[in-house]
This record gives sequence, structure tokens and C-alpha cells, in this order.
Amino acid sequence: MADENTIGPERGFGAGLEVTNLSVERGGRRVLSDLSFAVAPGEALLVRGPNGSGKTTLLRTIAGFLSPASGHIRFAGEEELTERVHYVGHLNGIRASLTVEENLRFWSRYLGGSDDRVLGALDRLGLASLASIPAGYLSAGQKRRLALARLLLVFRPLWLLDEPSTSLDARSTAVLAGAIDEHVSSGGIVIAATHLDLGVARSRELRLGFAADEA
Amino acid sequence: MKSFRTLVQRDLLLAVREGGATGTALGFYLVVITLMPLGLGPDLQLLSRIAPGVLWIGLLLAALLSLGRMFDVDQEEGVLEVLVTVPLPLELIVAAKALAHWISTCLPLAILTPILGLLLNLELAAYPVLVATVLVGSPAISFLGSVGAALTLRSRRGGLLIALLVLPLYIPTLIFGISAVSAVVTPPGSLEASLLLLSAVTIASLVIGPIAAAAALRAQLG
Repeated sequence: MADENTIGPERGFGAGLEVTNLSVERGGRRVLSDLSFAVAPGEALLVRGPNGSGKTTLLRTIAGFLSPASGHIRFAGEEELTERVHYVGHLNGIRASLTVEENLRFWSRYLGGSDDRVLGALDRLGLASLASIPAGYLSAGQKRRLALARLLLVFRPLWLLDEPSTSLDARSTAVLAGAIDEHVSSGGIVIAATHLDLGVARSRELRLGFAADEA
Repeated sequence: MKSFRTLVQRDLLLAVREGGATGTALGFYLVVITLMPLGLGPDLQLLSRIAPGVLWIGLLLAALLSLGRMFDVDQEEGVLEVLVTVPLPLELIVAAKALAHWISTCLPLAILTPILGLLLNLELAAYPVLVATVLVGSPAISFLGSVGAALTLRSRRGGLLIALLVLPLYIPTLIFGISAVSAVVTPPGSLEASLLLLSAVTIASLVIGPIAAAAALRAQLG
């Protein structure tokens, strides 16, 4: 119940995410050049663009996995933000020989959460009945849901989602959109690279790579 | 520190579930040591003289077998990129995985060592020293090995490459491990000095291994 009151600068939202003059090189090729944008707390940014336009590169750079060739990324005035992001990439981050619940319980403890959110997260993504099955036996869509369940375990202000709705059915996509909406309305930031319309209310679009295609 | 403990626990659970790594290492160790008397003939004196060296080398090679799996599945499944999103420095993440490797691979090998000593007619006085040197020296196998595992992460069939990279680093451990046993079996020689040097190598590797491996992982995360 203290949740509503503590949202604000104390929980690390502050000025939101600010990207200035960002350039990133991959394999000697400049993938992103001179990109600037800002995302305020309570906003979702949908990154769009054709294949190879740098959507994943942008997300991985924000997460801190790649270092930019030039430019700055600041979140609430700070440059170190790896510990404040939830990153769901193309890969699900699941170990096949652990059960669904063990996978999630591991992430919960590892990311600093408490165990009591695990069952709720499983339930919400429709995985409760599969909890004791080794994750290797899940279908692609179920694995994706398990990866997304990670978002609900621990509060992190910045969600970076790379094609989050891959292999999801309509019902699960709606659950995902609901979770994003909830996060955004509680003051969080979501940056998602996706081709689909996630049906999130407060969202803006960032279009990448269209100029590069013409050149 | 909760993250550190959780990661060690998970890696141990995975080692139990997937089983293969520990089993292969133990099986390899057993087979190599069993072949020795067959290849060298039944000369008991010769066997007992070379036993400490043979056991140490067999153990190093056996432990090497499972090193390649330290990071690669986590990397392929996208676990590694989520592992780094915690306040825990990458060096400690590596240390947690190396510690889990030591518990799941080197400890079982150390327990098997005195049993295999019987096959090589190891002298009675050498048993406690040999087990002690293996216990003191083997953390270096896991912690220096993590560097090789990290460097070969992206290379297909990196197993052989790991051996080439890492085996030279094991030389000090091997030398002081064997010289400690020889000090007891064939005096003169100083057991204490060898054990202290062996511990020094291990302690240095506990620091250098994770730092070097973390640097290698950082370069490959992108």
C-alpha cells in the first residue's frame, strides 16, 4: 500500500531516460548514428523499423551490454543503469533442466525479489498448471511467457523488451499489454522493439533506419 | 551476496539434474588411471613411484572436460545477459560459477583420488598428503579454468582450445602438488614449503581467474 506513495524520485524515476547523440557501431558498421530521444516516466516507447535497423542494438546499448561509439544514455541523471533494467531479449533466459517454477524462483532470488511473487507471476501468465514441468518441455510460446514472467518478480523502473510478443497467442499478448500498461501507469518506462501493436494506451513511436535504407 | 549464493545453488542443482559433466569427469579419471598399470606393466615399484604424478595429471585432464560448460549453455539460452543485470560485479558472478564447478567436479574427483591410488600401489603414507594437496590445489583448476571457458565462449568446439589455453596455467599447481607428495614418499623435501606454495598458487588464482574471465566475458557480451 506504500507503493503509490513511494513512486517518484526516491524510487529512481526522476527525470526519466535521456538518450543524446547516440552512435553505435557493430562489426565496423555504424548501426545507429546521432540518435537522440527522451522517455518520461509513465511512458512507453515502441521502437519500430525494418530488420537490421538497429532495434536490438539500441536496446542492448541502453541495457549496457554494448558500449556506444559516442553519445550518452542517462536514466534519472545517472549513466549506470544495468541494475535498473529488466531486459527480455530474443533469448528467453531459461534453463531447460529446471522446472518452470525453479527457473522463476531462481530469477526472483537472484534479482533480489521475494519468493511470494513467484506464484502470482506464474498464475498471471497462465503457467501455474505447468509449474513442476521441466522448462525444456514447454512450447515456444510458453517459454516466452516464462521469460516475461520475470518482469513481474522484481520492480525495475526500466523495461527493455525485444520482440516481446514473439510466439505469443492473442490471450497472452493481451496479458503482456496489460502488464506493460500497469508498469507505465505506475510511473515506469517501457521500451519495446516490436512489429505488433501492443495496444498500450500511453505510447509513442520511435522509427529507426528508414533513412539508412534509402542511402 | 544473496545473488551469489543463489547462483551457486542453481549451478549445483543444474549439475545434479544434468549429471553428465560430473559423471564424465569421474568416468574419464577412472579409465585413465585404470589404463596406467595395463600400459606400464605390473612393476609395483615403478607404479608406486609415479602414482602421485599420474593421479594429479589424470585429475587435471578430467576436471578440464567439464570446464567448457561453465558458461556456454547460459550464454546460448540468454541467461548470461540477465545475470549481469544485478549489482553483483561480473567478477563475482564468475567466481560463483567457478565455485560451483569446484564443488560439482573437483570435489568428487578429490574423493575418488585415494580409491584410484589403490590401483597404482600408492604408498600408505602418501594418501593423506595426496588428498590434502588435491583439496588445496584444485580450486585453481576451476578458477583459472574459468578464464579459458570465458575466452572460448563464442568459438565452436572450444573444448580443445580450452585445454591449450588452460593447461599451461596449471603447471605451478601440478609441480607443487606433486612435490608435496614426493616430500613424504621419497624424502628429502619439504612438505610444508610445497603445501604453502600450493596454497599461494590457489589463492592467487582465486583473484586472477575471475578478474581475467570477467574481462573476457565483457568483451563477448556485445
